[in-house]
Amino acid sequence: MQPDWPAEIHRELTAAGVTVVGYVPDAGHKRLIELCHADKRMRAVPLTTEEEGIGLVAGAWLGGEKSVLLMQSSGVGNLVNVLGMIKVCRFPLVMIITMRGEQGEFNPWQVPMGENTARVLETMSVAVRQAGDAQTVAGHVHAALGLAYETQGAQAVLIAQRVIGIKSFQEQRSQ
Amino acid sequence: MTLRRRDVVKELLRERGDLLVIAGLGSTSWDITAAGDADLSFPMWGAMGQAAMIGLGLALTQPKRRVVVITGDGEMLMGIGSLATIGVQQPANLTVVVIDNERYGETGMQRTHTADGVDLTSVAAACKFKHAITATADVKAVRELVYKTPGPNFATVKVADDKLPLVLPPKDGVLLKARFRRALLGNSADVLPEER
Repeated sequence: MQPDWPAEIHRELTAAGVTVVGYVPDAGHKRLIELCHADKRMRAVPLTTEEEGIGLVAGAWLGGEKSVLLMQSSGVGNLVNVLGMIKVCRFPLVMIITMRGEQGEFNPWQVPMGENTARVLETMSVAVRQAGDAQTVAGHVHAALGLAYETQGAQAVLIAQRVIGIKSFQEQRSQ
Repeated sequence: MTLRRRDVVKELLRERGDLLVIAGLGSTSWDITAAGDADLSFPMWGAMGQAAMIGLGLALTQPKRRVVVITGDGEMLMGIGSLATIGVQQPANLTVVVIDNERYGETGMQRTHTADGVDLTSVAAACKFKHAITATADVKAVRELVYKTPGPNFATVKVADDKLPLVLPPKDGVLLKARFRRALLGNSADVLPEER
């Protein structure tokens, strides 16, 4: 049976004491976003672009609080320059990224960024953890939160498209 | 009488008390440094467009403190979507002040969109900022917004397009981060939130 990985991520976030969750919506993150909005211990902050999340995370850490960002792989392309601040200032950063442009993709415009998501992150010194199946998602999120905050580093967890399991545009819209 | 940016920022930060200050990339970082470098100032040397969002993250996590973002028109234009994001969050303790010289001051004084009449104050008002004003003669009302009025607040301060001597803050990002957190959080800055 497939584990309830969005609920498991939410449990990891609460266990780690995350109080700010910035996101640009993705169908793959729908349930987790709802769980974060419903949780009074967290402030869920919808963003107009993923880039804003980097400022949000930096400000939250200056204020003494842990945060995470949720986004789709296409959004990683919007982050490149501002990730420089994360590196130069050594702000802790955890991004949980649902993949597009992989197995089961129906939209060719998603493919160029999907194929290069990990490479772009690594180029900007973000450590990448690949969650290829539902059983491993929570463990990767746990490790990313630990490493980011214990070592003042940048971590990304990529959740494979086959974990999300969306195969068509119709299916995405009816989620 | 035309306002001068260094006078404006100095007046805004006069007797700043425990005000938390974020300054955007470029001239406004030099302006807050000319007014007196301080541990509770975070001047940016990069990440153009993110000053207001850093202010939001700080305001949400420090709801009892007043937070001001002092940034330029070019920097604000690059992060214009963050005004909509702040409008949704409605932080009562945040004020964004744009020092508007209608120029990209660090790259050759090219005209910004505000030189052609794009009005950031109207944008902020449309993004549900509680108060959004434009100051052209003095900054008394802007000080009121920064230190007293429940926000989110926004002010455009129109200033001359002076080319001024650089007054540079420290460049080391780790230092800027660490000194700010120590000054704000005390010794608990050195441990994780759950260990406090």
